Amino acid sequence: MTVKVAEEWLNICGGCEVTILDIGEPLLDLLSKLEFVHMPVLMDHKYFGQTGEKTELEIPEADVGIISGGIRNEKEKIVALEMRKKCKTLISLGSCACFGGIPALANQYSLEELYDKVYRQSKTTDSADTPSDDIPPLLDRIYALDEVIKVDVYIPGCPTTPEIVADALTSLLEGKPFTLPERSVCDDCPTKREKKAITSIKRPLESILPPGQKLEESRCFMELGYLCLGPVTKSGCGGSEKTPRCIKGVMPCRGCFGPIRAGANPMVEMMGALSSIGLDPRLIFDRPSTFQRYIGAHGRLRPLPKRP
Amino acid sequence: MGKTIVIEPVTRIEGHAKVTIQLDDAGNVSDTRVNVVELRGFEKFCIGRPVEELPRIVTSICGVCPWSHHLASAKACDAVFGVEIPPAAKKLRQLANSIAFTEEHILHFYFLAGADFIMGPDADYSVRNVIGIAGKVPEVAKTVIRCRHLGAKMLEILSGKSIHPVAAVPGGFSKVLTSEERDMMIPMAKEVLELAKFSIDFARKNIFPQYIDAIKTLGVIKTGFLGTVKKDDGTLDLYDGVLRMMQPDGSYEDFTYEQYTDYIGEHIEPWTYMKFPYMKKAGKLSMDLNNPVGVYRTNTLARINVCDKIRTPLAQKELEEFRSEFGRPVQLTLLYNWARLIELLYNAEYAIQLLEDPEITSKDIRIPVKPRAARGIGCIEAPRGTLIHDYETDENGIVTNVNLIVGTTHNNAPINMSVKKTATDLIKDGNYDQGILNKVEMAIRAYDPCLSCATHNLDGRIAVKLDIMDASGGIIQTLQN
Repeated sequence: MTVKVAEEWLNICGGCEVTILDIGEPLLDLLSKLEFVHMPVLMDHKYFGQTGEKTELEIPEADVGIISGGIRNEKEKIVALEMRKKCKTLISLGSCACFGGIPALANQYSLEELYDKVYRQSKTTDSADTPSDDIPPLLDRIYALDEVIKVDVYIPGCPTTPEIVADALTSLLEGKPFTLPERSVCDDCPTKREKKAITSIKRPLESILPPGQKLEESRCFMELGYLCLGPVTKSGCGGSEKTPRCIKGVMPCRGCFGPIRAGANPMVEMMGALSSIGLDPRLIFDRPSTFQRYIGAHGRLRPLPKRP
Repeated sequence: MGKTIVIEPVTRIEGHAKVTIQLDDAGNVSDTRVNVVELRGFEKFCIGRPVEELPRIVTSICGVCPWSHHLASAKACDAVFGVEIPPAAKKLRQLANSIAFTEEHILHFYFLAGADFIMGPDADYSVRNVIGIAGKVPEVAKTVIRCRHLGAKMLEILSGKSIHPVAAVPGGFSKVLTSEERDMMIPMAKEVLELAKFSIDFARKNIFPQYIDAIKTLGVIKTGFLGTVKKDDGTLDLYDGVLRMMQPDGSYEDFTYEQYTDYIGEHIEPWTYMKFPYMKKAGKLSMDLNNPVGVYRTNTLARINVCDKIRTPLAQKELEEFRSEFGRPVQLTLLYNWARLIELLYNAEYAIQLLEDPEITSKDIRIPVKPRAARGIGCIEAPRGTLIHDYETDENGIVTNVNLIVGTTHNNAPINMSVKKTATDLIKDGNYDQGILNKVEMAIRAYDPCLSCATHNLDGRIAVKLDIMDASGGIIQTLQN
């Protein structure tokens, strides 16, 4: 028996969809058990019938729905509601759908400020009014999926890891629940921690480690003075190899898997993590949008009060 | 006014768009529009961030070509900080870029556009996709999925993270490639080269001859072209060089990154969030099919047109054959797909050349940088065209201004023109079906548009929606992605 799947992308970059393809050869086994009934990136099912003959937007019924991307405009809201109506189990795929993601950095500005920059203050653009004919109006801000519809399964990450997508789909096929363990990136980081920074906070403007040094032989990046969101970020990005992806690239974590548990407050917890090893959080530029880079929906990032 | 046809969403492209086709009373096309329905505002919310963080933020403009934004951003940062990166760092960035190009061109050919040719443009929509291809040629599908996966694996080895990468940093590259890692990657890269060779052979024998009539007519328009070539010798270069603007007659001018504002202007239309870049020296933009003004194209066909030669042997041979068959510049829109396969071959070959270069495992890959008030422009060829990142910072290295022009945006006017041309040619006396409407979409797919990129400004979708309206302007039918 095959499981019917519908996939939609809302305010997206497409990275989550590429991650599904990056499952690689196991994808072929999975595909034999899945029947895609709607997926704009790969198939030609249309909203209003194949020649546009219908008047209502329609997505076919499915056992599993997957949605990537947050909700930015009226149209995406309609699509999200239709997906919820037609899908028995709904997966929120990626940090944009789960928490707003990078695009929710825009939640720090009013729509008018965004439009002004794009259409009237760009150095190459012939200034004009904001386009508005026959295109869906934007919402006031970016919404995570669960601010608009009920979500059954959360798969965070920017993007998430192919193995996690495969595990989640396999669990659903077997009728089992899927959740990620409540572990931090630090729990899976191979660097050595001694709970004390050896220097004050620094911007990552030079090599963090001597070139070529093995991670296992290295000190924790934050104890070397470089901000890393590992302490407040859910682990899982490294898949079965464990080592977090950015750490493998010799760069500090920026929190793309989001908070370790529901209800956490990374902004406050990160200040605590820095202070506990003797670093002064106040020396960090741009704290709100750095500590909450991927989680700006749910009212976490808002327009700044106007300076007098 | 006659009926309006709406195609919504346009499918098998990256992002969201809809197409609106307006018919006159006789049922012939009077106008068409490709509406891009989102906007994301990166140019606004990058302001106020420390500039060294931008290479890790702008990647989310596009999950399909994150390496392009990552590298253009790192190059803009290098320029802001006023540094020349070590040669090995440049090679690591170029290697990542070439691997990313192979992944993306494979994705487009087999997963997105290929189904129109392998399954046929009029095939039922339920099989006109990659799953249909997997049923028809399962061994090819298996190799394709494996090779794409190898590309992702190679990028992970190189940088830790294949999508939304972090390793290109102001001043160089963050991670050394060890000789053990290099040795792991070489056989993978060779497997990808085999697929590249197979693909262009397969297409030449089984696909292009069958569709040669469509190639000669579908969505054909006459425009200029923009791409990057190596300074002074005109070799195709995807990572660095000078920008070359070619006129429809084949004459061209080369210019530096800093001069881009002299050569490119951006026009706004009220019916789409996406802007329309045009040749500034033409003085204006006109998308009139019979008399276009200021229109140029980017992406594969543009690069293959503007370059004088290609630095790897197999791709150079393909370029020569392509030119002897079609001339220079080539205006046939569907040949974007052929040009894409030439570039796939080039990048697969070049990745191996770079891996076999002893300097690739050097530990001298990063120099420290210091914040300063400056402007820096970083350009690169993204798979979908010339990508321009232009940053300004204050004395603390905090971003004060950002201007971005991305590959797909350059192609906004040409895509609209090719759609109009195709719809006008195929829809007569009010007659159309799903196969005809799919051909309208094929004209879009040839450009491999990435509407996530193109709507970086605010929201990330090009929706192609095709509305069919009646004479009073009421919508009769809507097709959309």
